[in-house]
Amino acid sequence: MLEFMEGSHAVAEIVKRCRPQVIAAYPITPQTHIVEDLAQMVANCELDAEYITVESEFSALSACLGASAAGSRVYSATTSQGLALMFEVCFNAAGMRQPIVMTIANRSLGAPLSIWNDQQDSISLRDSGWLQFYAEDNQEAADLHMIAYKVCEDHDILLPAFVCFDGFILSHTYEPVALPTQEEVDAYLPAFNPYQRLDAEAPLSFGMYATPEYYTEFRYEIDQAQYRAKEAFVKAGREFGEQFGRDYSALVEGYRLDDADTALVAMGSICGTAKDAVDEMRDAGKKVGLLNIRMFRPFPAPEIADALKGVSTVAVLDKNISLGSGGAVGTEVKAALSGSNQAVYDYIIALGGRDVRKRDIAAVVDLAEKGKGDMFYGLRTEVL
Amino acid sequence: MAEVEQGCELLSAGHRACGGCGPALAARLLLKATGKNVIIAAATGCMEVFSTPYPETAWGVPWIHSLFENNAAVASGIEASLKKQGRSEKVVCIGGDGSTLDIGVLCISGAFERGHDITYICYDNEAYMNTGIQRSGATPYGASTTTSPAGKCSLGNQHQKKDMPRILAAHGAPYVATASIAYPNDFVQKVERAINTPGPCYIQVHTPCCTGWGFESGETLSMAKLAIETGLWVNYEMVDGEVVKAKKVMRKPVEEYLAKQKRFRHLFKPTRQDGVIANIQAIADANAERFGIDIKRKGSSE
Amino acid sequence: MALRVGCASPPGRALENKTGAWRVFKPVFEPEKCSKCGMCAMVCPEGCVRETEEGTFEPDLDYCKGCGICEEVCPKKSIRMEKEEK
Repeated sequence: MLEFMEGSHAVAEIVKRCRPQVIAAYPITPQTHIVEDLAQMVANCELDAEYITVESEFSALSACLGASAAGSRVYSATTSQGLALMFEVCFNAAGMRQPIVMTIANRSLGAPLSIWNDQQDSISLRDSGWLQFYAEDNQEAADLHMIAYKVCEDHDILLPAFVCFDGFILSHTYEPVALPTQEEVDAYLPAFNPYQRLDAEAPLSFGMYATPEYYTEFRYEIDQAQYRAKEAFVKAGREFGEQFGRDYSALVEGYRLDDADTALVAMGSICGTAKDAVDEMRDAGKKVGLLNIRMFRPFPAPEIADALKGVSTVAVLDKNISLGSGGAVGTEVKAALSGSNQAVYDYIIALGGRDVRKRDIAAVVDLAEKGKGDMFYGLRTEVL
Repeated sequence: MAEVEQGCELLSAGHRACGGCGPALAARLLLKATGKNVIIAAATGCMEVFSTPYPETAWGVPWIHSLFENNAAVASGIEASLKKQGRSEKVVCIGGDGSTLDIGVLCISGAFERGHDITYICYDNEAYMNTGIQRSGATPYGASTTTSPAGKCSLGNQHQKKDMPRILAAHGAPYVATASIAYPNDFVQKVERAINTPGPCYIQVHTPCCTGWGFESGETLSMAKLAIETGLWVNYEMVDGEVVKAKKVMRKPVEEYLAKQKRFRHLFKPTRQDGVIANIQAIADANAERFGIDIKRKGSSE
Repeated sequence: MALRVGCASPPGRALENKTGAWRVFKPVFEPEKCSKCGMCAMVCPEGCVRETEEGTFEPDLDYCKGCGICEEVCPKKSIRMEKEEK
C-alpha cells in the first residue's frame, strides 16, 4: 500500500523496522527530521532502542562504533559538516569492520556555508572504506536501508555503509512510499549476529595498532571486502525484489540506453529529472540515455563500462568538485572507460542546491555532443 | 585497605612500556580492581601503544581502542549496548592526560552530562609522552617539555594544570577522585568504589614517567610519593561535588621534588630561579589550603 | 594465518615478547631478608614478580626489564640491582 509521506519519515519508518538497538545522532539540517522521528518512536515505545543524544557528530559515530563493537545493531544519520566532523571516525569504523548503517541527507560543504544539496559530503569520504549507495527517490532511499544492513552485516563483508539521499530534494519532499510491515522486514533482515564482540566471557582486544609488517594487509583485506560487497549487494537486491517486488540487484541502472549514442551518467535524485529530459530528447529524435550509479563504493567500473559500451559520448553530471581536479564521479567513469574510444565529459552541476531543470540536462547533452565538457555548467556570467 | 589479589595478571607481561613505567603499573592496578567483568575503552597514547601492537595484546579483558579523543563516546555506545542487552560488564575508559584534559574533553563532557554508567580513568603523566614529551593541559607550571622548553626567554610551561576533577564534578559526577601509584591500595579501592557507583565517575591517577620527567626508572614510586609529600599532588575524593577526604601529609618544600627531575633542572642550573620556585611553592600552599592536607607539627609555631 | 578481522586479537599474545632482553641491571632477591609484604609484586609495572611457595618473591627474568622499582620499595632492602652479565 502506498502512503504519501516525507522522505525523512519514510527513512525513519524503515529504520525503525530494521530494529536498531542503539541510535546515536546529532541534529544537522537537512537530516533532522529523520532523527526527530526516531526519537519520537523511542519516546512512544514503538522502537525499543537506546537513543543517545550525543554532543556532536564525532561522538555520534564514535558511540555507534562502541555499541556495534559491543554487539548491537546501530544507526545514525548525518550530512555535510557533520559528516566532515566524523571523518576520522569514518575511516576508523571501516578499519575496525563495524557494520554501521548511516543515512546521509546529502548537503554541500562550506565555505561558503550552504545548507542545500549536492553530494560533496559523502563523495569526500570515498576513500574511507564505507560502502556508498545513492537513492533516486524516497522509495529507494527507504528500501536501501534494509539492503544496507543485510550487506554490511554479512560476515564476509563487515563494512559500514552510507545510504545517501539528496537533502531537501528527497529528505523534505513528500512522495508515495510503500512501507513493508515489521513482519516483512523481519523476514528479510535477520536479527543482528555480530561476527565478534566485546565480551568478558571471551575477551578480545579491538582496534590494535599495526606495524608496517601488517598494516598493508589489513588495508588489503578491507579493499577485498569492498569488492565482495558488490556480489552481496546484487544478491541482497535480488532477494529484496523477490520479496517486495522492487528489484535492486543492479549496481548501475540504465534508462533508454539500448540504442543510445549519448549517455548521461548521474547519481541520486537528479536521475529523475534526467529521465524526463531523456524522454523529451528521445521524442525530439535524439538517441540519448541515462546511467544511474546506485553504488558508488565499491565503484562498479566493469558494470559501468559494460552498460555504456554502445554509446559514443558520455556526459557525467557531478554534484561535487574535487577542487583542482574535476568531478569525482567523472574522474572514475573516465578511468572505467579508459582504453575505449568513447568521449567522456564531466559537468560540475547543481552545487549548493542550484536547481537543475530538464532544459539544463538537454543543454549538457548538447555540449557533450559538440565536444565541450570538463567544466562547470551554468556559471553566473560575472565570474567568467 | 583492600586486599589486592596476587597472581592474577589481567595485564600480561611482554608489553613494551619503558622500564619503570608509571602508567603500566596503573593499568595493572586498575585491572586488579575491576577483575574480569569489565570492558576497557582506551584512548590512543603510550598505554595503548605499549600494550597492543598487533597481535601481541597485553590485555586479558575485552578492550577497544578507536581514536585519541573519543573513548568516552565509544564507552557511551558500549554502555548503551550493554544496557540494551542486559549485560553486566562494567565500562571503564582509560586515557592519558593529553587525551583526557585536552583533545577528548568534548566527548568526556558529553558522556558525563548524559550520565552514562562509566568510569573514566585518566593516567596523568603530565605531558604528551607517546609523541615525545610535549606540553599538555596537565603539564605543571615551570616544567620544561619539548613544546614548552626552557630557554633564554622561557622558564618552561607558563600555565598551571587544568583542574579536570573539578570540571567533571561540576558535570554532576557522583564520584570523582585523584589517586597516585605511590599508594596502590588506595588507587585500587577508589577504582572499586567508582565502578560500583552508578553514573559517570572519574579518577585521575598520578603516574610519573621516568623518560619524560627525567629521573631513574627505579624512582617512579618515590617521585609519585614526593609529589604528594610536597603538596603538588593531592589525593582526594569528591562525592556529589564536595571534597570529602584528602590525604594529609607533613609537607616538604617543593624543591625536594623539583630538584630530582630533569624537567625542572633549569630552575636550579645554571642559575637558581627563586621566583619560579616560589611560584611553585605557592601552588603547593594553595593546594594545602584548599584541601586541608597539612598535618600540624607538634609544638610548631605555625 | 589470516589476519583477525578489524585488527583484533585474543589475550596472551604479549607474552611472546620477552622483554627481559632489555635489561641492563637485574634484581637479585634475597629471600632470607624478605618480610613477605609483597610490595615488590604489587608495584612491578610488568607484573613479573611472583610469589614462591615459601611466600617470598622472585622475578621472572624472561620479562623483567630491570627498572629497579622493586629494589626501591622493598622495606627490608632484600632486593639489590646488579649489572647484568650477558
